[in-house]
Amino acid sequence: MSVAQLSVLVIDENHIRASIIEAGLREAGYQAVSVINELDGVAQHIERSQPDVIVIDIENPNRDMLEGLFALTRSVQRPIAMFVDKSDQRSIEAAVDAGVSAYVVDGLRKERVKPILDMAISRFKAFSRMARELADVRSELEGRKMVDQAKAILIKARGISEEEAYRLLRKTAMNQNRKLSEIAQSLVTASNLLEPQEQKP
Amino acid sequence: MRNDLFPVHAGFLPLIDSAILVVGSEKGFAEDEGIDLTLVRENSWANIRDRMAIGHFEVAHMLAPMPIAAKLGLTPMPLEIIAPMALGLGGNAVTLSRGLAESLNIGSDGTAFAAAPSGKALFGEVQRRRIGGLKKLVLGVVHPHSGHNYDLRYWLAASGIDPERDVDIVIIPPPYMPDALKAGRIDGFCVGEPWNSVAVRDGSGVIMTTKSEIWRSSPEKVLGVSLEFAERNPEVLKALLRALTRAAMWCEKSDNHEELAHLLSRIHYIGIQPETLLPSLSGAFETADGTLHHVEDFFIPFSRAANFPWRSHALWFYSQMVRWGHADWDASQTEAISQTYRPDLYRSALATFDIPLPAASSKVEGGLPRTVPVGASKGSLLLGPDGFFDGKIFDPDMIEAYVLSQKT
Repeated sequence: MSVAQLSVLVIDENHIRASIIEAGLREAGYQAVSVINELDGVAQHIERSQPDVIVIDIENPNRDMLEGLFALTRSVQRPIAMFVDKSDQRSIEAAVDAGVSAYVVDGLRKERVKPILDMAISRFKAFSRMARELADVRSELEGRKMVDQAKAILIKARGISEEEAYRLLRKTAMNQNRKLSEIAQSLVTASNLLEPQEQKP
Repeated sequence: MRNDLFPVHAGFLPLIDSAILVVGSEKGFAEDEGIDLTLVRENSWANIRDRMAIGHFEVAHMLAPMPIAAKLGLTPMPLEIIAPMALGLGGNAVTLSRGLAESLNIGSDGTAFAAAPSGKALFGEVQRRRIGGLKKLVLGVVHPHSGHNYDLRYWLAASGIDPERDVDIVIIPPPYMPDALKAGRIDGFCVGEPWNSVAVRDGSGVIMTTKSEIWRSSPEKVLGVSLEFAERNPEVLKALLRALTRAAMWCEKSDNHEELAHLLSRIHYIGIQPETLLPSLSGAFETADGTLHHVEDFFIPFSRAANFPWRSHALWFYSQMVRWGHADWDASQTEAISQTYRPDLYRSALATFDIPLPAASSKVEGGLPRTVPVGASKGSLLLGPDGFFDGKIFDPDMIEAYVLSQKT
């Protein structure tokens, strides 16, 4: 059986990450790749398709179900967790850190499956990096919006210039050892609370 | 955070019996003992085990059979886990879908939650389905090697239902049970609180019986500790056991239950409203017709040696693993299995505490019809009542005979 004939099942509730893994597997020449994004029906799918390798995100609550299925039913070949060889502690750690785990049918040689796990690990990592960057950009944008609102409140309430308002916010943040956006957020919240009811739309 | 504290990381699942760990961390008990206890909520028992194996967690909230499964090599990664403390007794219930429960007409005669009549009613339903060629009932448990699975199977088997042949038992993570029941994917489940109460409150489920009704004062979760960590840091482990003992005492006091429910309701712990968490602390559960019924000893966090890691508990779980084909019977293994539970470590950690500890490390399970004083290190220690609903007794010294008797 050539590498391309190994059937691989990717289980991931995150559609984008699942497609990234799927694309990577296809690029690497694996043709029998299927993806499940739902939590339901996984057991039936596995019983039907009998995959050689299962790649699953480590946060997936279905892991206990999978292990139960493998341990207890005779309807599926017995896949076993990828981490069977403790000598490969490094790759186990890398997998868990990246958030991926894998199960392979017992008897498949490790070196045949390792490229799959390695690929999954690197794509999982790339995905988390992307997600982190996206979150950073988002929070920065929100922070800026908040600072703008806070400045507007100060300008109106104290009759100061925009620059003075900004300086006041920054000084307060530095004195309290907090982020500028946090100070802005508190001011906006406080101001909303103090606003007379009738002015609200 | 004080930087002179020793960092300990504990994985847990969102269940009521994570309370002792949560309180140990939140109420300063761990800090008082020089430990910075960080709790990490997990999605699966597999994750807890794997992250302990690679050193992310030194200790964890664990299903009581997990250290035994690890000892028997049933886990994918080689890992030695010990249980130097139990995280309370009880805490589970069996819930059926409202439609099914109402058709069984359970508890209308005042026997709410009693294991024998509810088992008998379910047996009737199973027979009806068998004769009528109808679909088998599908029941959820959280893990193959779990108190839930063994409690449910014990109850079914003693009620005349063959768990292998007459029903389908499937694995579902605890927080997903109520949804699966509501969607009709399962007909019932055995799970730890608050997930029974969640199904009761949303109207989709009715509690049939409780772990405490199936086996009073029975083991459920333990503090699983990586053996490697325990051997390298014996003093830290002792300090942690002292902290968690104080936390367990705090959890037991009914004056604290309101605060405990609020604490556990936080999103990074259980994330369920406090009202839904209170029944498991007070023992007052809703029956099919909406009346409240008090369940004795539903969950015992501390009293009557609830934290003592009885070796007879470990052996009972082994007997059930053999019974349901999860492990082979091997008399020469029983010593090694009972030693995954470490009453010796529990005793030495609490030597300076003014609380009575059992003099024995093992006991006959199911042998106390009422609360009785037993031999203890100091003062007087009360144990029990402790009984299986079918009146059977498990004597750890006669485990082989017990295992054989289960086969028939």
